[in-house]
Amino acid sequence: MNEFLNSKVFGIKWSRLLTNCQQTLYMVGWGLLIGTFFGLILALVLVLTRKGGVIQGRAARILYAAVNVYVNVIRSVPFVILLVTIMPLTRLIMGTTIGSTAALVPLVLYISPYLARLLENSLLECSPGIIEAAQAMGANIWQIIRYFLMPETLGSMVLALTTGAIGLLGASAMAGYVGGGGVGDLTLTYGYEKMNTPLMILTVVILVIFVQLIQFLGGAISRKLRAHR
Amino acid sequence: MIRIGHVSKTFREKKTEVRALQDVSIHVHKGEIYGIVGFSGAGKSTLIRLVNRLETPDEGTVEVAGRQLDTLKGKELSALRRKIGMVFQQFNLLEGKTVYHNVAVPLILEHRSAAEIEKRVAEVLEFVELSEKRNAYVSQLSGGQKQRVGIARALATSPEILLCDEATSALDPQTTESILKLLKRVNEEMGITILLITHQMQVIQLICDRVAVMEQGRVAEEGAVLDVFGRPKEEVTKRFVRTVINDQVPESFYDTIRAENRHYRLEQLKFIGDSVNEPVIANLCRRKGLEVNIIGANISQMQGSMMSVFILQLIGETEAIGEAEQYIDASGALRQRLFIDWDSRTITEIPAGKGADA
Repeated sequence: MNEFLNSKVFGIKWSRLLTNCQQTLYMVGWGLLIGTFFGLILALVLVLTRKGGVIQGRAARILYAAVNVYVNVIRSVPFVILLVTIMPLTRLIMGTTIGSTAALVPLVLYISPYLARLLENSLLECSPGIIEAAQAMGANIWQIIRYFLMPETLGSMVLALTTGAIGLLGASAMAGYVGGGGVGDLTLTYGYEKMNTPLMILTVVILVIFVQLIQFLGGAISRKLRAHR
Repeated sequence: MIRIGHVSKTFREKKTEVRALQDVSIHVHKGEIYGIVGFSGAGKSTLIRLVNRLETPDEGTVEVAGRQLDTLKGKELSALRRKIGMVFQQFNLLEGKTVYHNVAVPLILEHRSAAEIEKRVAEVLEFVELSEKRNAYVSQLSGGQKQRVGIARALATSPEILLCDEATSALDPQTTESILKLLKRVNEEMGITILLITHQMQVIQLICDRVAVMEQGRVAEEGAVLDVFGRPKEEVTKRFVRTVINDQVPESFYDTIRAENRHYRLEQLKFIGDSVNEPVIANLCRRKGLEVNIIGANISQMQGSMMSVFILQLIGETEAIGEAEQYIDASGALRQRLFIDWDSRTITEIPAGKGADA
């Protein structure tokens, strides 16, 4: 095994390639998990406080406007720029700006508004009639979310997360700039900068496989969830 | 049970103003089926939603089961809503879930125990005759079955009031009838007060005790179903009644009527319930100097009572016809004289005791 790991593929050790694949999975996995958490909260705020939503009033209008602007602002900043501009924040949270874990901060910050928009669209697929029925039953906000809004739109949300995960994979390729590693890092530093074309192609193939896997998995889960619709 | 007093509601969009309700008052008694009928846009959807506070009035009061709704907030409101079931035109079920889950949801919201939920769901599914479909997915059901699930869901929490928002409007006539029968059972066997809105007069005819006719945000007419059907006062009510009871002169008879060159009058007679105890038409036929031609007849059943409408052409001298009219009026039948305007082919009705000779 060790012998294999130390052998080289297009100029780098297999172990290096595997480590970087691991880093990509790490960043995409955790990034998606934490990003979904924040993204879903933002999406729920947008859906519940929008005009005609479940929560109405002055406070709701202000909250909606605030979240809406926040999502738009973050989404208009390209990831590479976000990555370097928020370095002080990254240091504050993680204690360092280098490495895969540190890269999670900008990744989450970048992906959560994106996921929020995707999930917002999914949640809006829930027919207003269902929400009205829930209210007529005396459901409170949490119960509306838990028993009506989320179950009704789960299949669609999984597809949204699939799209988000692929966006995250793309963004993680740039984490190499802050020593985050990952497959994209290999592509840039070895493949592009050192003009190692075969390695570059190999890493691109790996990224393509990742995308295919994510898409396949997401599609399959979504289909299962929507089986009886 | 439900008291809505002088309620007004206006919806304001950027430029337009829709006055959905204008000084509306209705009173629904405990144990009755109360129907609100109106064309779309009459304000009936807004009105029914006042009862479980899905809408709030700009002015006026809403009292349900002795409680003023405007003071209720949060948990109290939730508690009240659990005492009011609601059934929708589009069913509003969780399509991807089973029948069982859909009916269980309102009980889950109340944090009932699993055993309790199991028992209650079985009961209500039995009541709506869908026990064998408990594990089917909603998406596999027909429209009528979906509405049965909707009704079962509304009944799960043992409510005192059931609100039906156009519950049969998305269904075919046969299914409509079976759902109406089910609602009647809900009312009679469970003692649940039902408030329903509809644009189908047939629904009112078949199951309602009392009816309010709405037009442009106002209650145009209100009363016991038999009275409103028998003596509709407002034009809108007459139009609705005509959708189920034909009290018009058939167009194809116009030429026959016109061809009659003796002196005649057209009379519309209504017999409601047991109000008439003698064979009026047979007696008319026996009168001297009078010939009776039956132009139209319609018998409808409602609320265990009958209403029949006859259109007669009475042929004879003015005096003989006059005496016949007096006889009809004395018998208890409702009489209206009809005039056909031959140019526009429209009919004018002149109630008994008014107007001159033709």
